[in-house]
Amino acid sequence: MTEGLQSARRGAIDPHLSIRHYDADADLMLLHFGPQHPSTHGVFRMDLYLDGEVIVKATPFLGYLHRGVEKLCEKLTYVQQTPVVDKNDYVSPMINEQALNMAFEKLLKLEVPRRARWLRTLLAELQRLASHLLWLGTFTLDLGGALGGGSTLFLHCFRERELILDLFEELTGSRFHYNTHTIGGNRHDLPAGLAAKVEVALAAIAARLGEYEDLSLGHAIFQARTKGVGTLDSDLALELGITGPILRASGVDHDLRRDAPYHAYDELTVNVATEHAGDCFARASVRFAEMRESIRLCRAVLEGLPEGPIAASKAVRLPTAVKIASGQVYVGIEGPRGEIGTFVIAGGDTPTTPYRLKIRAPSMHALAAIPYVMPGATLSDAVAILGSLDPIMGEVDR
Amino acid sequence: MSGLVHGAQYAVMIVSSLLAVIAIGIWFERKFAGRMQSRLGPTIVGPVGLLQPLADVVKLLQKEDIVPKDADRALFDLAPLLAVLFSLGAAAVVPFSPTAVAADLDIGVLFILAIGALMVIPTFAAGWASNNKFALLGGMRAVAQSVSYAVPLVLVVMVPVILSGSMRVSEIVTFQSEHHWFAVWPIIPGLPAFALFFIAMLAESNRIPFDIPEAESELVAGITTEYTGAKFVLFYMAEYVHTLVGSAVGAALFLGGWDGPFKPGLHWMVLKTLLLFTAVYWVRWTLLRFRSDQLMDLCWKRLVPIAVGLVFLAAAWVQFVPGAR
Repeated sequence: MTEGLQSARRGAIDPHLSIRHYDADADLMLLHFGPQHPSTHGVFRMDLYLDGEVIVKATPFLGYLHRGVEKLCEKLTYVQQTPVVDKNDYVSPMINEQALNMAFEKLLKLEVPRRARWLRTLLAELQRLASHLLWLGTFTLDLGGALGGGSTLFLHCFRERELILDLFEELTGSRFHYNTHTIGGNRHDLPAGLAAKVEVALAAIAARLGEYEDLSLGHAIFQARTKGVGTLDSDLALELGITGPILRASGVDHDLRRDAPYHAYDELTVNVATEHAGDCFARASVRFAEMRESIRLCRAVLEGLPEGPIAASKAVRLPTAVKIASGQVYVGIEGPRGEIGTFVIAGGDTPTTPYRLKIRAPSMHALAAIPYVMPGATLSDAVAILGSLDPIMGEVDR
Repeated sequence: MSGLVHGAQYAVMIVSSLLAVIAIGIWFERKFAGRMQSRLGPTIVGPVGLLQPLADVVKLLQKEDIVPKDADRALFDLAPLLAVLFSLGAAAVVPFSPTAVAADLDIGVLFILAIGALMVIPTFAAGWASNNKFALLGGMRAVAQSVSYAVPLVLVVMVPVILSGSMRVSEIVTFQSEHHWFAVWPIIPGLPAFALFFIAMLAESNRIPFDIPEAESELVAGITTEYTGAKFVLFYMAEYVHTLVGSAVGAALFLGGWDGPFKPGLHWMVLKTLLLFTAVYWVRWTLLRFRSDQLMDLCWKRLVPIAVGLVFLAAAWVQFVPGAR
């Protein structure tokens, strides 16, 4: 009886989540990797069981940056929530804002003006470019060290990202937490001359991307460190709910910009880059291709940007101006790390607050791959794999 | 007795000038790295930030000296001292000019290799004594790396020894000034041997792309994770001294030492050493880091066979080319 129960339990345990299948006599070292480790991209912790340098088991621990954002959103009115979600994925606040406000717009059945949709497309693509630049910098930092070649590429990437942040600052008055999207449109229209500056910034970035590709994708050491490391197959990626560049690097041709168009993507053609290897190198090449695609899309948007209002009604409102009686909705859009989703159930304590608001954070799903891809890799690979998953702890822990 | 006095005099001179060069070298590296990364580097302390290394040292000396719980106290304190001692040791036999050499041993090359190989002891001692898992992993990697890279290093250093027929470093330099620099002629064992020496030197002094014992993105700070204050300064200094002395050895063995056009002398040796030192920085601030197993692959599957071949080529050159020696 007891034996049967035990074997049933043994069958139920996922081997990657247990070290019991490993030789019990082996002398494993338990290494707490994080939360105060320089390469965990914030405050993330992994418990690594090491056999020499080879990882036998890896357990991710989340929650060190939990701020209760979703609960906070139940207490704030719909209008007040935008600046709060800016801080979730702090590397792509624009897209966070869009995912939130699009959910409210869908609940209200509000039509967003065409110019606002094109403007949002421009902001989303610039943000994706900035986010991928930061990823490239931090990834090479993981591979090459803070006191070496990695930091050179890191600072160069930051220099280019700065160009985009300058544009956002000129548009919204703020470099990071923009609060530029509102329910029904945008708060800030492009000031005179900004379109030309966007062109200049895009040209500068496009000219330097090749150089960065030579220093990373084209470099023998980079290839040696990333090829065949952290291979994630498409079935597992789909099962774990992984989206975005990581899923596309595993060979699944899925991109919400093309498959479920929003903003102005139905009027533009989006070329989706995919790779089949599913390793760190494939993830890096997909992101490189996406940077080029974002530059192309930004240029296309600037060319076709229509005239007209940028908000359905007057943009700045009182906190209580938006009232939603009931209903529930989910909206997911393609962020730099995958599908950023907002699930809202309207009808909280007052008509101006939601009953429940759930944010789908793509990084969190990416981290779920860790127990599966880490075993068998070395400690050095662990850093490369974590870097290639590109987690932003702000949105993972919320 | 006079030999001892001579040695002591030159030891003081060489050590103090090396330390001065390192202070400038740290400033230069930070400026150099700054320019590579489109920033300015130090600008605040002193004119063009020249006093920055001094400020760094003063800052580090003020830090609390922390010894981890259950650390092996004696070993923990001894390791940084030994690191500086061993890294400085090789400088004793390097001739900076025909006269400026502390101890012109007739087995000078052997001495350099032996004392270089000793560096693994303080490194591993630091990793072991710290009672820290990251430091232990770093120490483990350091042993594997230093022991492996000592093999190609010994082999390529044999090339100038065979070509010149002497193990005395000053005689190797004299031979080069009478014939050609070994990095230039005979080009076939010479230049590849010099390249291999440079790679092995990077690995021996734990520089990127071979800095896996400290690998700060994986091991926090590797062997120096638990070191603070003055002891950290010693490790930091030992690393620079090791690189600088390695550059000087390379300049003497392959680039003709003090020999040069116009007026041979100390200035040529200093110039060549600093050029090699700069090349180390250049590599450091450009390349990414290898993984430890790839490092072993590179060493045993590529460098060692090539180095063996080069030794045979050098022997053949001496044997069959008339007037080679």
